[in-house]
Amino acid sequence: MLKKRIIPCLDIKDNRTVKGINFENIVDAGDPIELAQRYVLEGADELVFLDITATQEKRKTLTELVRKIAAEINIPFTVGGGINSLEDAKAIIESGADKISVNSAAILNPELITEISKQYGNQCVVVAIDTKFVNGEWMVFRSGGKISTGLKAVDWAKKAADLGAGEILLTSMNNDGTRAGFACEITKQISEAVSIPVIASGGAGTREHFAEVFQETNATGALAASVFHFGQIPIPELKNYLKTQNIPIRI
Amino acid sequence: MIAILKYNAGNVTSVENAVQNLGYSTIVTDDVKALRSADKVIFPGVGEASSAMKYLKEKGLDQVIRALTQPVLGICLGMQLMCDSSEEGETEGLGIFDAKVLKFPATALVPQMGWNNFTSLKGKLFDGINLENDCYFVHSYYAEICPDTVAVTDYILPFSAALQKNNFYATQFHPEKSAKIGLQILNNFLKL
Repeated sequence: MLKKRIIPCLDIKDNRTVKGINFENIVDAGDPIELAQRYVLEGADELVFLDITATQEKRKTLTELVRKIAAEINIPFTVGGGINSLEDAKAIIESGADKISVNSAAILNPELITEISKQYGNQCVVVAIDTKFVNGEWMVFRSGGKISTGLKAVDWAKKAADLGAGEILLTSMNNDGTRAGFACEITKQISEAVSIPVIASGGAGTREHFAEVFQETNATGALAASVFHFGQIPIPELKNYLKTQNIPIRI
Repeated sequence: MIAILKYNAGNVTSVENAVQNLGYSTIVTDDVKALRSADKVIFPGVGEASSAMKYLKEKGLDQVIRALTQPVLGICLGMQLMCDSSEEGETEGLGIFDAKVLKFPATALVPQMGWNNFTSLKGKLFDGINLENDCYFVHSYYAEICPDTVAVTDYILPFSAALQKNNFYATQFHPEKSAKIGLQILNNFLKL
């Protein structure tokens, strides 16, 4: 049986892992390669690396880091942050990343999704969506959550899937960093609206939150950062717990 | 020396890293001599079947692969191209395995993306591996079950997770991305 995926996310700044709360107040969380290796040993199913300060000058440092990650870990990993063109995607994929994730650039230029998926296959393209509940609607924000796009999250997710996205990484800005649980309502809506995998992100605080998002929505993966980085939820314990809840999981 | 076939389907970095981490030297090549003289050949691939097949034919690599006599391991698209035909771009394959490659019916999410276990397993590739072990799959097309099937996985329907005929081995999953279990399977191949 296909298993649900537990995905630690490493936010990268200047080649260090960092963690913010509600996209702000950033603190150091360690060396990304050491952390990645630890997660692989603990049973993480995939990893996501998001370069949160990606700029053109930093591009070269990032591809170097991707190369090192690819040499050290043997589970699939996604790299995102500042991928604005097919060229950017090419540099990351050819350094050894299995998938790239696009966010703001895909909103500004949706054709980018099609370009990358035509070149490398749909399975390579993750569209990351940052969403916030505003006036009764889940809306899409871009540029690290700073800019409102006027797009409804469900509409954008469907369009991204039609354009060739292989996966949606859905982060609720309301929940991110709160440790109060995933945004099950919008995750459910989107995971039922598209026929590609949806990864829930933002708000994990307890192992029960993971069980809840898998039981209440069609998400096939759940992503978290700080609860893993700082050891609040050890991955082996989380996976054993999910198994007792009859959620298909890789032990 | 382990030769990894260089062609137009995806990058081979992960396969190369995994083989090297197991202590073997690798060469990524499309040179006929190098392929023929390697101890083992790995035929990886992430991409689209018909364009990959067209490329192999143009370079004459289709004939070269069929005629290899050392152990050969096809991975993912590599495996699919070793079958009779593929619905992806309606292409013929290398015809090594007597199976058709078909598109998953869209009754669940396609592609299958993630870790899945086996419902049957046999052969040297799976020494020390059991049915509960999970490997990492990413694919929208699958090889039907045939006499060459040595591992079966269920997703939407039962399909060939691995095939073997004579010196030709192949896995639909990515051993190079399947953590410890995958490395063991890869190592089983490299030790043949």
